[in-house]
Amino acid sequence: MKHILSVLVENKPGVLSRVTGLVSRRGFNIDSLTVAPTEDTTMSRMTIIVEADEVGYEQITKQLHKLVSVYKISDLTDTDAIERELVLFKVIATPDRRHEIIEIANIFRANIVDVGKNSLTVEATGTASKLDALEDLFRGYGIRQLTRTGKIAMSRGASDK
Amino acid sequence: MTDTTTTAAVRAGSPRTPDMPDDIRQHVCTGAAGKRAATDMSREARLERKRRAISGEPFGPGSHTDKEGKTMTGAQAIIASLEAEGVDTVFGYPGGQAIKMYDALYDSTKIRHILARHEQGAVHEADGYARATGRVGVVLVTSGPGATNTVTGIATAYMDSVPLVVISGQVTRGVIGTDAFQEADIVGITMPVVKHSFLLQSNDDLTRTFREAFYIASTGRPGPVLIDIPSDLAGEEMVFHYPDKIDIPSYRPTYKGNAKQVRQAVELIRTSTRPLLMVGGGCVTSHACDEVVELAETMQIPVVTTLIGKAAIPCSNPLNLGPVGMHGSKYANMAVTECNLIIAVGARFSDRVTGKITEFAPHAKVIHIDIDPAEIGKVRDPQVPIVGDARAVVAAINERIAKTGAEPVSDEWVKTCYGWRERWPFYTTDFADYPDRIAPEIVLERLSAKLDPHASVVTTEVGQHQMWAHQHVHREESRTFISSGGLGTMGFGFPAAIGAKIGRPDCQVVCIAGDGSIQMNIQEMATAIGNGAAVKILLIDNNALGMVHQWQRLFYRERYSCTEFTANPDFVKLAEAYGWTAERITHPDQIDDALDRMLASEMPYLLDVVIPTNQTVYPMVAPGAAIDDIIGAIDVTLGGVRVTEKGMSPAGEHAGAIAEPLPLTDNDADTRIAGATADVVADESAQKGGE
Repeated sequence: MKHILSVLVENKPGVLSRVTGLVSRRGFNIDSLTVAPTEDTTMSRMTIIVEADEVGYEQITKQLHKLVSVYKISDLTDTDAIERELVLFKVIATPDRRHEIIEIANIFRANIVDVGKNSLTVEATGTASKLDALEDLFRGYGIRQLTRTGKIAMSRGASDK
Repeated sequence: MTDTTTTAAVRAGSPRTPDMPDDIRQHVCTGAAGKRAATDMSREARLERKRRAISGEPFGPGSHTDKEGKTMTGAQAIIASLEAEGVDTVFGYPGGQAIKMYDALYDSTKIRHILARHEQGAVHEADGYARATGRVGVVLVTSGPGATNTVTGIATAYMDSVPLVVISGQVTRGVIGTDAFQEADIVGITMPVVKHSFLLQSNDDLTRTFREAFYIASTGRPGPVLIDIPSDLAGEEMVFHYPDKIDIPSYRPTYKGNAKQVRQAVELIRTSTRPLLMVGGGCVTSHACDEVVELAETMQIPVVTTLIGKAAIPCSNPLNLGPVGMHGSKYANMAVTECNLIIAVGARFSDRVTGKITEFAPHAKVIHIDIDPAEIGKVRDPQVPIVGDARAVVAAINERIAKTGAEPVSDEWVKTCYGWRERWPFYTTDFADYPDRIAPEIVLERLSAKLDPHASVVTTEVGQHQMWAHQHVHREESRTFISSGGLGTMGFGFPAAIGAKIGRPDCQVVCIAGDGSIQMNIQEMATAIGNGAAVKILLIDNNALGMVHQWQRLFYRERYSCTEFTANPDFVKLAEAYGWTAERITHPDQIDDALDRMLASEMPYLLDVVIPTNQTVYPMVAPGAAIDDIIGAIDVTLGGVRVTEKGMSPAGEHAGAIAEPLPLTDNDADTRIAGATADVVADESAQKGGE
C-alpha cells in the first residue's frame, strides 16, 4: 500500500540524495517527493509517498532513522492529516468555451492565473481525489500541459502531542 | 635465505629508530604510537573508552592542548583535531590535494603515519588496527583516485561495523563540479557505504566536524565516516578550538534495553527447553563477552558464533559450539535447527549463517538483541525484539535471572549437542583426503596450538583458507580474530594484519591467506617491512581460486571457468624481493618446523604451504539450502568418512552418499611441487649452513 512519510531533515546539501539513495538502494520506488525548508531554516521537510508492504515500510522508516541527517519521521498514512497538492493546468480554451472552464474552476475553488488566445491556465489545490476529478473534467476540453507538485502533508493540531 | 634475512634486517633497521622504523623520512614521532602499554587492551580500559565514546567527549585531550586558541591553517587544525582525539596512528597516502595536510603532519610529534602502497591497503590497515584495538582507525588520502581507491575498504568496514574516520583531500571549492584534475565526488560515491559523511564547507565547522565524525564512527552501531576537505580550506587560517562535548539531536542511539522486553526475554529463556545463543560482532563491539558467558553458564545454554562473533566467547568454553552456517560445523547447524529458542546477540542473521531462511531454526522463537533497530525483523521476525547495547541488555537479563532465581536448562539439551559434536567433528587427526599432501586443516590446527590464544591476532583473507581458519583456529579473547565477513573482501586480511600489528605491536600477528587473495594487496609487503611490522603470512596455496573452484566442482559440473591459476608468481622469491623472509613447504612432515621458524622470526615472514587444488572445505551447505542439509561432514560412527546425509553430494548423488576426495589434477602441477620441494631442501640446507 501507499505510505505518506513526513520526514524532517537537516537543511544541508546532499541530504536529498542521502534520503532518495537510501530508499531506492533498499529496493523501493518513490511515488512522489516534495522538499522545502520549514519554519526553522536549518531544517527541511520532505513528504515522501512510497509503495511498500508492512515489512518493507518498517525497513524504510528504520533505515531512514539511521541517517544522521534525519531528525524525525512521521507516518501520516491513515491519519486525518491534512494533505494538499497544487496543480497547474493549461487547458485548451477557445473564446467561446472560456466561460464553461471558468465556471468549473470556480466550483472547484481553483484560480485562473493566465489567459492566452486559445488557453486558460488554472491553478488548483486540494486533495488528490479533488484534483483527479478536476483533471477528468478538463480532459474533455483538452489539456495542453499539466504539472503537479506532489503531495505535502501535515498532522492536525488536535493530534499533536 | 640467511642472506635475505640479513639484508631485510638492515633495511628495516636503517638509520631511524630501530624499534620503529619509518620507511620514508617524515617526522619524529615521540608519542604513544608503537609503545602502547598492554593495559590499553584491559577490560577496564576498553570499557572506559566505550563510556567516553558514548558521553560525546573526545578520546584524547580535547581542548586541553597547547594548540587550543592558536591561529593556524585548516590543515594544521586537522592534525591538531586528530591529536585532540588522541589519535596516535594514521594510515594513508599523500597526493596533490592532501599535500597541505601532509605538510602539517610533518610537524606532529604525536601522530605516526603509516605509508601504505595503495589507498585500499591504507583503509584495510586502519580497519585491522580498529578491529584489533577497539579504537577508531584513521585514514588520510588525496582526492580523485586516492579517494576512489578507499571505496572497497570503506564498504568492508561498513558491512562489519568497524569505526573508521577517512579524511580525503578535495579540489578547491571554486572548481568543485568542473571536472578539475583529480576531482571525484567521493561523498556521493561512498554514500551507500558510510555511516555518515561530511563535505567540509567552512573552517568554522572544522573542529566540530571532526568531533562529530569520531563520535558517530565509534558509537551506536559503529561504522566508517568520511570527511572530504577542499584544499583551499586546508590552506585558510582559522583559530583552533576543539569541542569537549558533542550532542547531535538527530543521532541518539538506544543503549538501554526496554525493561518490559527484558522481562519477556527472561520469561522465554526460563521456559525454553532447548535454547541457543547466537553470538555476533555486536558482542565484541559492546564488550558483552563476559555477560554472554555468564548467561550461557548460568542457564547452561550452548553458543554458536558468526564469523565476526568468533572469539567473543572463549573457544575453550565447552558450551561454545563455534562456527555456524555455510561452513559451520554439523553440530552447530544441528543445534540451530533443533533448538526452540534463539537468543541472537549482536548478530544480523546473514544469509551465510541462515542458509535458506524459511527453513532456518524452524522450531525456534527468537529474542533479537541489537543496537541497530533496522536489523530487528529485517530477516527473521523475533518474538522479543530488544534494541540496545548488547552488554547492557545481556547484563539486564542476567540480573533479572539472578533475581527471579531461574533454574538452568535441563542438561539433556547440552548433552545432545555434545553428542553431535563427538559424532561429527570438524576434523579428526587420523583422517586425510590426500595422505602425502599437506592438509590445510592440520596446518591450521598446528598453527593454532603454537599461538597464544589470548595474545595473538589471526587475520584472514577471503575464501577456503578463511573458512578453515574459522573452523580450526582456537581463540580465547575477543579482537584476536579478524576477517572480512559481510563484504567478503579478498585483499583485506593482509593489510588488516599490518594494521593489527601496528596497533598491538607486542602480539604475534598471523595473516592466513590464499594465493588468490594475497595478490590483491601484495604491494603492502613494502608497508610491513618499511614500518617494522613483523607480520606473518601463512599462505594456503592451492594454485587456484579455491572457493569458487570448489563451487564449480560441486555445483557447476566441474567446469572450472577462470579459477585455475597458470601464472602465479613464486611467492617465496616475491616476498624476498620485498625484503621479507620466506619459505615453501609441500610435505606434511615439514609443517611443524616451518611454523616454528615462521613464528620465531622477528622479520615479516611468508610461509607458502602448497596444498592440492581439489582440497575442499567441508562441511558445506549448498547456497540456498537449509543449514542442516550438510555436505561432507565427517561421521566418526562410520569410521571417519565424509558423509552427505541429504541433498546433493559432490558427485551429484543423493542422500547417504560419501564425499570422496577427487584425484589430484593437472593444476596441482606435480612438477611445480617437485621443483618446490627441491627448493625447500636447498633452502633448508642453506639455512642450516647459516646457523
